[in-house]
Amino acid sequence: MAGQTLYDKIWAMHQVRQDEAGTGLLYIDRHLVHEVTSPQAFEGLEMAGRSLWRKESILAVPDHNVPTIGLENGITDPVAKLQVDTLDDNCDKYRLTEFKMGDVRQGVVHVIGPEQGATLPGMTVVCGDSHTSTHGAFAALAFGIGTSEVEHVMVTQCLIQKKSKNMRVTIDGAVSEGVTAKDIVLRIIGEIGTAGGTGHTIEFAGEGITNLSMEGRMTLCNMTIEGGARAGLVACDQTTTDYVKGRPFAPREDQWEAALACWEDLHSDDDAVFDREIHIDGASIEPQVTWGTSPEMVTAISNAIPDPATVSDAAKASGMQQALEYMGLEANTPFDQVKIDKVFIGSCTNSRIEDLRAAAKVAEGRKVADSVKLAMVVPGSGLVKQQAEAEGLDEIFTAAGFEWREPGCSMCLAMNEDRLEPGERCASTSNRNFEGRQGQGGRTHLVSPAMASAAAVTGHFIDVRKLT
Amino acid sequence: MEKFETFSGIVAAIDRSNIDTDAIIPKQYLKSIKRTGFGVNLFDDWRYLDPGAPGEDNAQRRPSLDFVLNQSPYKHAQVLLARENFACGSSREHAVWALMDFGIKVVIAPSYADIFYNNSFKNGFLPIALSASIVDQLFEEFEQSDDFELDIDLENQCVTNAAGVKMPFEIDEFRKYCLLNGLDDIGLSMQHADQIKNFEQQYYASYPWLGNA
Repeated sequence: MAGQTLYDKIWAMHQVRQDEAGTGLLYIDRHLVHEVTSPQAFEGLEMAGRSLWRKESILAVPDHNVPTIGLENGITDPVAKLQVDTLDDNCDKYRLTEFKMGDVRQGVVHVIGPEQGATLPGMTVVCGDSHTSTHGAFAALAFGIGTSEVEHVMVTQCLIQKKSKNMRVTIDGAVSEGVTAKDIVLRIIGEIGTAGGTGHTIEFAGEGITNLSMEGRMTLCNMTIEGGARAGLVACDQTTTDYVKGRPFAPREDQWEAALACWEDLHSDDDAVFDREIHIDGASIEPQVTWGTSPEMVTAISNAIPDPATVSDAAKASGMQQALEYMGLEANTPFDQVKIDKVFIGSCTNSRIEDLRAAAKVAEGRKVADSVKLAMVVPGSGLVKQQAEAEGLDEIFTAAGFEWREPGCSMCLAMNEDRLEPGERCASTSNRNFEGRQGQGGRTHLVSPAMASAAAVTGHFIDVRKLT
Repeated sequence: MEKFETFSGIVAAIDRSNIDTDAIIPKQYLKSIKRTGFGVNLFDDWRYLDPGAPGEDNAQRRPSLDFVLNQSPYKHAQVLLARENFACGSSREHAVWALMDFGIKVVIAPSYADIFYNNSFKNGFLPIALSASIVDQLFEEFEQSDDFELDIDLENQCVTNAAGVKMPFEIDEFRKYCLLNGLDDIGLSMQHADQIKNFEQQYYASYPWLGNA
């Protein structure tokens, strides 16, 4: 019998039961909750007279709607305020752990979970948010769920799930200097397509992956959903356990050795069989930029904007043409001729301390180009902000002309005031370049933090390696 | 949840692949704490020429007359036809709620994003996957007709056009059963409460650090 994949192992650990048709009931360890996808779930269980199964599993935080500026005024948008107040009220009522606005631990849900040690190897982690895949960096099975499932987990601590297929993406060999986790994952999505991982859990492996820090692995797994897979995984190793140790929700000292022994098995067996395998040569990966309205519409910075006329598949070519029209781009234009209006450094993809360091390194001693209307840095959490300020990164950013903001989801999805105006072009470290994602009519180009910073100081896209 | 019954309905088609959930229901409307009222903002960016905000009177906005759902008879569409990877992107169940609130009960497309597909069944909403070539044909029939209708029969897993051509589809047995009977997942899972409790006991004995508050 073939060995097990990492996904098989975590699934087996958590399967409460399985019916004849193969549908499983999966036990959930950690339930992260935010203000946007939870109010209807709380309302639903209340109306049905149901209670919460395991309150300790829940960690709640407001993030999507919170302002990143003028916090002393609170939330001025009454509709957004009601949503955050509703989360606060529900958490108070059920006595759930919540990091409210003003708490230094508040931040983007997928930043604060790992930061607190609330995401641990071998766990099942869910949240009413598709970027829950982030937590797979810890060899945890983590995926986004809808609001009905949020309610289901609250009431039963379980989810009805069909097991997905196993897929492995291996980055053979190291990546070059100046190439980041963001570039790796964008390249992967470019290769497999935005539906390439549908129905699969993707395990990332190979030297290009194991070399990544935990924060890099989080960036990588975060965008697994943009490749169609609900969950991404990286095997547990020393990098993982070093990161976890000593965090507030991590195993206590007297439990640590037992936990370590268990986590040692959190990798795919050598003889495990995957339903699908992809290999990419690490050395071939360059800094990436998206040019269209889907994350799969991506290319290396050294290439020009692609030309639909060179694509034989008519449906694909017309999709490309539609995207170029929305983006206001001409085929075959080199990226350094594409001028930007705004820069956003933040989001659950790229707002952790290493991201801010990488962006600050490029910004240091330089100025945001005059043609750029706004360049903003939004740390992922209050603790990330504090750390960055202790290192003086905030001063580097503000001296260069960036705005230094308060933590939240901000312009990744523009639910608060931070947004693009129609036609504005943005170099963004977020995860989706869909039409209107950052504001109606806005044009988003996804890049790494260093590349976003480089775009800010030059006013156009440029290979960051040319600046250093 | 309401039982899913056989019906014949007007089909509206949007000829795009990778229609994302931001397109189906833009973020500003996610601020609502209710499950209802999203229908007027379904496909908001494509449906209106001017920007909208939650709580605004949509009757005062300028509709984009080119957009299918603003045209008669598609204002009353109950079936939506689209291309592959429908509803990719975020996990927002509001996408399903918005489609249903508009009056749509079924989507037909070659493939779906996993989270949306899952969310659909929790609401009695049916996403039907038909092959790309059949979807191509349906788009052609839609183009050639002014009031294209399809008959949707979940019991017999079949879509039928006016000419009587039957197009069978696959669906998971359990999901079909729940949809036909209007069953609530939570109620079904709670029948296994004792099994979940037993599981937990063994689980926390094996992994005590996961039981920390």
